[in-house]
Amino acid sequence: MIDTLPRQLHPFSGGLSLDSMKAAALSEPVTQLPTPPEVWVSMHQHCGLAAVPCVNPGQKVRTGELIGRANGTFSANVHASVTGTVGQVCRRPIVHPGGLSEMCVQIISTPEQQHDTAFRISHDYRLADPNMLRQQVAEAGIVGLGGAVFPTALKLAAEADQTLHTLVINGAECDPAISCDEALMREHAPEIVRGIQIMLHILQINIAVIAIEDDKQAAHNSFSAALADAADERLQLCRVPTRYPEGGERQLIQVISGTEVPSGGLPIDIGYLCHNVATAFAIDDAFINGHALTSRIVTVCGNGIATPCNLRVPMGTGVRHLIDHCGGYVVSDARIIVGGVMMGFTVAQDDVPVDKSTNCILVLPEHESRSNHPVMPCIRCGDCATVCPANLLPQQLYWHARGERLDDLQRLHVADCIECGCCDYVCPSNLPLTDYFRYAKDQLWSRDAQHLRAGIARTRYENRELRLEKLQAQRQARRERHRQAVREQSDKQQAIAEAVARARQKKQRMDEDPSS
Amino acid sequence: MKFIQAGAPHIHRARTVAALMREVVLALLPAILLHTWFFGPGLIFNTVIAITFALLGEALMLRLRKQSVGLFLGDYTAVLTAVLLAFALPPLTPWWVTASATLFAIIVAKHLYGGLGSNIFNPAMAGYAVVLVSFPAELALWTAPGAGMASTAPLTWYQTLTTTLTGTLPETLTWDQITGATPLDRVQTGLTNGEMLSEIIAGSTLSGAGANHWIIINLAVAAGGIWLLFRKIISWHIPVALLGALFLIAMVFRLADPDSFSSPWFHLFSGSAMAGAFFIATDPVSAATSNQGRLIYAAGIGLLIYIIRTWGSYPDGVAFAVLLMNMLVPLIDYYCVPRTYGHR
Repeated sequence: MIDTLPRQLHPFSGGLSLDSMKAAALSEPVTQLPTPPEVWVSMHQHCGLAAVPCVNPGQKVRTGELIGRANGTFSANVHASVTGTVGQVCRRPIVHPGGLSEMCVQIISTPEQQHDTAFRISHDYRLADPNMLRQQVAEAGIVGLGGAVFPTALKLAAEADQTLHTLVINGAECDPAISCDEALMREHAPEIVRGIQIMLHILQINIAVIAIEDDKQAAHNSFSAALADAADERLQLCRVPTRYPEGGERQLIQVISGTEVPSGGLPIDIGYLCHNVATAFAIDDAFINGHALTSRIVTVCGNGIATPCNLRVPMGTGVRHLIDHCGGYVVSDARIIVGGVMMGFTVAQDDVPVDKSTNCILVLPEHESRSNHPVMPCIRCGDCATVCPANLLPQQLYWHARGERLDDLQRLHVADCIECGCCDYVCPSNLPLTDYFRYAKDQLWSRDAQHLRAGIARTRYENRELRLEKLQAQRQARRERHRQAVREQSDKQQAIAEAVARARQKKQRMDEDPSS
Repeated sequence: MKFIQAGAPHIHRARTVAALMREVVLALLPAILLHTWFFGPGLIFNTVIAITFALLGEALMLRLRKQSVGLFLGDYTAVLTAVLLAFALPPLTPWWVTASATLFAIIVAKHLYGGLGSNIFNPAMAGYAVVLVSFPAELALWTAPGAGMASTAPLTWYQTLTTTLTGTLPETLTWDQITGATPLDRVQTGLTNGEMLSEIIAGSTLSGAGANHWIIINLAVAAGGIWLLFRKIISWHIPVALLGALFLIAMVFRLADPDSFSSPWFHLFSGSAMAGAFFIATDPVSAATSNQGRLIYAAGIGLLIYIIRTWGSYPDGVAFAVLLMNMLVPLIDYYCVPRTYGHR
C-alpha cells in the first residue's frame, strides 16, 4: 500500500478557504447522460483556431469519427460525439462569455450507437514510439480538460527539453462548486494512473506527482489503492491543503516545489509540467479503449436546479438538456455559470452546447450571488492584497485601472493577475475588482499591440524613405551620367562640325585660288 | 427564467464595510464602559452628541454631493469617527466643542476630500486636532480619576449633562476639585519644571489608584484591539510597529537617563497610545496599504508620539503623529510594493 508521501509542502501566499458546495453533486456516482436526440458539436472547443468541418449534411457518422480537422498549431481535431446523421453545418452560439457564435455540426442521433475505436493500441504502449503516441493524442482531439483546453499533444512535446523533470497531475479542483474531477478520481483512479504512466512514457521522465486536496478523502482512498496495484515507484500521491486557488498550476507548482514559475514564463521553465486528471483519463481512454475525446464529466449544480449531479455528457449536448435532466430550474432568476463560482462566466441563454472546456454548469440563484451586497467606495483595507495569490496590490491596481493609468498598471504588474477572484470575494466594498483587471489587461494588450503595429509601420515608413532616397540617388546619378554623355556627345559633334567647317573653308580657299 | 449576466467571481464574503465598522465600534465598547466607570458618564453624553452631529453632517454632505444618503448613512463609518472622537475628548467637554470637532471631521476631513475612502487624513484625529488648538482650555480639563462611579462622590448623570450642555459646573463644585492633570500631562509639566521623575511619581496621583484607572482603560482598549486582530479586521502590522517603535525609543532614553525619561510601559499604558495603535492608526483609508508600508507608517507614528510627548508642547501626541504620517502615506504606498509572484 503506497501511502501519501511525506513531501515537504510550501504554502502559496494568500488564497481563501471557501465553503464547499460539492456535497450535493457528489452524493451520487457519475451518471451517463442518455444519448440526446441531437447534439451541436462546436468546431471551437480548444484554445487555437476553430477546426474545419469535414462532413456534409446527410452524412452518417459514428461516435468518434472525425468531423472537424485541426487548423493550425493550437487547434485540435473534433470528433462526432454521438452516432447519427449530420444535420446542419452552420454558425451557432457556443458557450462563451461574450455569447459568440462558431461553426457547429449538428448530429441527429440514431437509436443504435457505435463507438469508433481507432486509437486503440493492441501492443504494450511502452514499446511504442513516444512521438507516435503523441501524434495519436493530437489525432484523438485531446485537450487540457482543466478548463484551458490547450492541445495536450503540444504540452507533451517537452521530451526534447532537458529541464523537464516532474509531471504534476492536477487533482486539486479548488473551486467550491466544481466536482467533476473529484467524481472522476473516486471512480476511475486505475485508469488515471495508467494515463499518467502513458504520459510519463511520452515525456520520457520518471517523476509524476498526483496532487489532491486534503478534503477529497474518497479520491485519496481510490488513488492509494490504484497506486498500490500499479506498484509504480515513479508515481507519488501528494495530499495538498485545501485552499483556493490551489488548482491554478502556478500555485500548485509552488505548493509542491516551493519555486515560482517566472512571470511571463511557463512551468516547463522550472522543470515542471502540469496536466489535469481528466486529461490523463482521456489519454488512457484513447489508447486502451480507442476512443477519441467525445464526452466529458460535467458538474451540474447549484441551488437553482432540482437535483445536482455529475453527468458524463457527449460534447455538443445543449446546456438546457442537462438542466432538464437534473430536474430543471427551481428559481425564477439565476446566473447560469459555466466553469465554477469563482472564475466561471455567465451565459445569456441555455441552448448552447457543452464543449471540452465545460467542467461545470452552476445555476446560482441571484439572491445567493454577490449582488446582495452594496457596492461601496474602496476603503483601502488591503484585504485584497492579503488574499492575492500573485502578491499584487489589487487596491492600487483598482485605483490606476479606474484612472486608466496604464504605466502604473504595468509597474504594479497587472499582467500577472490570474483573475482568481479572491480580491473580489473579500472586498468589504464588494467592488468588481477582477472585472477592472480584465479590462486593464485588455487595454495594456491593445496598447502593446498598437505599439507593435506603430513600430512596424514606422520601420516600414523608414525603409520606404530609405528606398526612395536610394532610388532618387540612383536616378540622379543616371541623369548625371546622361548629361555627361550628352555633353561629351555635343563636344564631339562640335569638334566634327569644326573640322568639317575647317575642311570646307580649306576647300573653298583652294577652289577660289586654284593656282596656289 | 431570467438569466443574469455578470462577471466572476459570483459569490462574496458576508463581511461588508458596515459590518466591519460596526465591529470596530463594538470592540471599543468595553473601554468606553470602563472609562465611564472611572471618569463618570461624560463620555456617554459626548458620544451621543458626536454621533448625532456626525450623522447630521454626513447626511448633509451626502445630499450636497448627490450621493445615496441611505446607503452611506448605514455604513457606520461616521458613527465610528464620532465614537473615536468622543473617546479622545475629556469627559466634561462642552457640547459645542464636541460638535465642532465632529462636524470638522465629517465635513472637511472626510467629505471635502471626496468622502468615504478618499480622505487623506484620519477624520477623527483631524477633528480632534482642530479643537485641541482652538479650545485649549476646555481640552485641558480632564476629570480626575475618581470623579466617576468608581469613587464615593461622583458627579451625578444630571450634573454631568448640564455641565456638558452649559460648559459650567454646578455651583457647589469647582473645576479644581474634580479635574486633575492626566499622567502624561503631570509628567511633562513636572519635567519642564525641573523635577525628577521619582519626585513626580511620588508626589502625585501617578502612584495611587488613579494611575491604575488609565492602565485598566488602556488594557480594555488593547483587549478590543486584540479581538479585532483575532477577527482579522485589522492586521498585526500597525499595532505591533507602532507600540514596538514607541517602546523601543522610550527604552533607549530611559536606559540613558532614568531620571528624566519615563519608562516604556508608562508610554504604552498611560496615554492614548493603545487607542492609537489599535483603533486610530488602523483606519484603513488613511493608513498605508501594503504590509511593509504599514510597518513604516506605524513605526513613524510611534516615534512621533514619543518625540511630541517628550520634546513637544502637548502632553500626548497621537493625533498629530497620525496626521503627520497620513501625509506620508502616498509616498510610502508608492515605494512599498511587494514582490509579485514570478518576479525577482
